[in-house]
Amino acid sequence: MSSVNPEALKALVLAHIKDAEVEVRCYSGDDHFEMTVISSQFEGKPRIVRHKMVYAALGDNMRQAVHALALKTKTPEEAAS
Amino acid sequence: MSDSVQEQIAEVIKNNDILLFMKGTPQMPQCGFSQRVCAILQEQGVPFAAINVLLDPAVREGIKVFSDWPTIPQLYVKGEFIGGCDIVSEMHEDGELATLLAPFKAGDAGKA
Repeated sequence: MSSVNPEALKALVLAHIKDAEVEVRCYSGDDHFEMTVISSQFEGKPRIVRHKMVYAALGDNMRQAVHALALKTKTPEEAAS
Repeated sequence: MSDSVQEQIAEVIKNNDILLFMKGTPQMPQCGFSQRVCAILQEQGVPFAAINVLLDPAVREGIKVFSDWPTIPQLYVKGEFIGGCDIVSEMHEDGELATLLAPFKAGDAGKA
């Protein structure tokens, strides 16, 4: 399994969710990631839809290299509270 | 992807109020994320059915297509896709999951 650069994942999300604030951390080796995405585009959307937006941004990287991605999605208001 | 697998998945989801597609079994989970969701459901005190996707590659891939969701575990409640480990964990922490599962708790229905 090839390793994925957290910065590359971050760039992919930013390319698709323009106003996003993205934080990516590696844990347990190089193929497990923890990612927090904050974006106003999540407003009014259920979690499943938000996660799908991020998965779509990651594209093939999600299926191939990232065995496990722990994902949190928040709107700016939720992040502030 | 054969349609019959999709039909089988639809059928088993329809027939089980709380259904977890997971790697391994609740007694012996084969993945930390599946283990976490099992632990949460056990903590919630609700009975749930589990399908070990490792036993059948067609189901393992089929459920990803069915839910349009790339990862396992996947939790269904009353036929509705709730989410994977992250979403279930968040809902568990903020109390949303307890509300959702309240009708299925043995003995203290409605308490949430």
